[in-house]
Amino acid sequence: MHAPTTTFAQRVSVAILDKRLQAALDHASGGFLKKRAALVEALPEFEALRERARDIKDHVLANLDTYLERYEAEVKRQGGHVHWAATAEDAREIILAICRKANAKTITKGKSMVSEEIGLNEALEAAGHEVIETDLGEYIIQLAKEPPSHIIVPAVHKTKAQVGDLFDLHHRPLGYTKHLTEVSEMVNEARQVLRGHYFRADVGITGGNFLVAETGSSIIVTNEGNGDLTQSLARVHIVTSGIERVVPTLDDATTFLRLLARSATGQETETYTTLSTGPKRAGDLDGPEEYHVVLVDNGRSKMLGGAFREMLRCIRCGACLNHCPVYTSIGGHAYGWVYPGPMGSVLTPLINGIDKAYDLPNACTLNGRCQTVCPVKIPLPGLLREIRRQQFEQGITPGVIRVALEAWAVLARRAGLYHRLMRFSIPLLSRLGRRRGSLGWLPLAGGWTDTRDLPAPQGRTFQQAWKAQRGARR
Amino acid sequence: MRHDGRERVLAQIRQSLGRTGAKPLQPLPGAGPRPAYEGDVVEHFVAKMREKAATVEPLNSLADVGAAVQRFLDQMHAPPRLRAARALTDIAWPESLQVEHGAARREDVSSVTPCFAALAESGGIVTLSGPDTPSTLNFVPDNHIVLVYATQVQRHLEDVWALWRASGRPMPRTLNIISGPSRTADIEQTIQLGAHGPRRLHILLLHG
Repeated sequence: MHAPTTTFAQRVSVAILDKRLQAALDHASGGFLKKRAALVEALPEFEALRERARDIKDHVLANLDTYLERYEAEVKRQGGHVHWAATAEDAREIILAICRKANAKTITKGKSMVSEEIGLNEALEAAGHEVIETDLGEYIIQLAKEPPSHIIVPAVHKTKAQVGDLFDLHHRPLGYTKHLTEVSEMVNEARQVLRGHYFRADVGITGGNFLVAETGSSIIVTNEGNGDLTQSLARVHIVTSGIERVVPTLDDATTFLRLLARSATGQETETYTTLSTGPKRAGDLDGPEEYHVVLVDNGRSKMLGGAFREMLRCIRCGACLNHCPVYTSIGGHAYGWVYPGPMGSVLTPLINGIDKAYDLPNACTLNGRCQTVCPVKIPLPGLLREIRRQQFEQGITPGVIRVALEAWAVLARRAGLYHRLMRFSIPLLSRLGRRRGSLGWLPLAGGWTDTRDLPAPQGRTFQQAWKAQRGARR
Repeated sequence: MRHDGRERVLAQIRQSLGRTGAKPLQPLPGAGPRPAYEGDVVEHFVAKMREKAATVEPLNSLADVGAAVQRFLDQMHAPPRLRAARALTDIAWPESLQVEHGAARREDVSSVTPCFAALAESGGIVTLSGPDTPSTLNFVPDNHIVLVYATQVQRHLEDVWALWRASGRPMPRTLNIISGPSRTADIEQTIQLGAHGPRRLHILLLHG
């Protein structure tokens, strides 16, 4: 894995103070929320679709071996190859070997989060291949040498002016000398530059949103059409996909397609929904000569057995990011790896080790909006809590927090002691904060009160107020 | 490289599922809900395609296609050249149009293709790749013109799958569902048409 050199707290501090990033995040999340909400409102079947999608995923996960074997058999029948990668390293090796055998010079890529997860671009470039991301957002962050900051809109943190500067730097040598200020000009210039790459590419790599066992097809959805040019014009097409992405039938895939675009970008459907099944057929005038699918496990088969199986329902739509108050305040880069937001805070510790990403599951308010919008009903707050519990159990939780939690546990389990302490401290805090109505400093909580005030208690404990109210009602 | 990836992955899956071998499969009963909508499917299809920035021109007969294509290219100030899917055999092209067949080339500006079906639910045309319908015609040119018969319009995507199964045709290398011209919102969420694929999707809708 690509290990960040800064701490989570450092990255958060940088993000919170970055005015451009804050403006970009506000703008983007507002748009997604509104568009999604309008479409969900217009579709009375949305809730039933979520339930069906959850049931299909649960059914597939309980029979994952069988569905993968069926899918594999069907891909082979259609003339394709299936490779099984137990680890990220295995996946990189498999793909490198295919590219080597194809004598690949130029490799075009459609958007694939799995390829980010396995660190594919670095490996391909190290082996001497030229790799070009073709999704406009991915292309922009590739030029900027940055990881994606959102799983659907990877360059969401970049402003138009920054993109103009990047194009100046990277397109000048290709003969594009005009400084661009309009989005339409930038899209057009990227279109011209990338056209050349599509037609030159030896290998095209795409992701796979769904793998259909019935037909041996991989499905991708895009708005730009870049995935289609990538896979139709290269000699070799490689699909990278997680093992959990298999669905039984085309009808089942349809249920997910109805949920995915609405949840991801607030569209009824993406512009292009593409099924790819094997290489070019006899007589075909275009299409790749070879079709490979690399099924990536990388910890997923282990996840299947424990408390985190439900996480494998994830279809990578990004709705949980857009609705997360933490993500929309700090952006994707603060999370330190490829998967940000609530889904990333579960996946990153599970894939890389719960000791490697201590902060992520703890940087959550447990407000539950992610679970409310998740199209496959993943109980994300519950899973984050479970990681916290395991971190505590394994002694990963830092000392100060352990002591505080243990002290709290002692107190919270002794009602008499708790009430006595509250009857003493609530009036005290109330008196201390009487003048301002709030407290600007508290012992042992400087980190919290540095940036905010604690509203002062009103003078009575909840129990006292409750008794008084019941008394008044009687 | 580990060559036993398949066995390792399957063994770990089975261990996690608490068994040692494969288990007989009981398919999931029931079906996914289909979004209900009222009214004529063809009208719905037209409205949905227009919503997604495609243009639709109703025609009365196949004899009108050549002239309609010519008109569209003129309007778009496109050169009078066309790459047409060979599957479209019955069309009399105007003499003024230079028509070629085959896979798309980089310099192609306009293409004309048939479709396998059309989808009213969310708006889309469905194409199958094949020797007479190369899929690059759907993606490379700036202008993609599609011939759709009103009778091809299906209510839901499940109906398209049923139609394909009933056709007895093998699954082609690629099946495309195309819902409008290519677009992107990757720079500041500003929607821009013509990202990588066609800038324009023009549908010639044949009634009768």
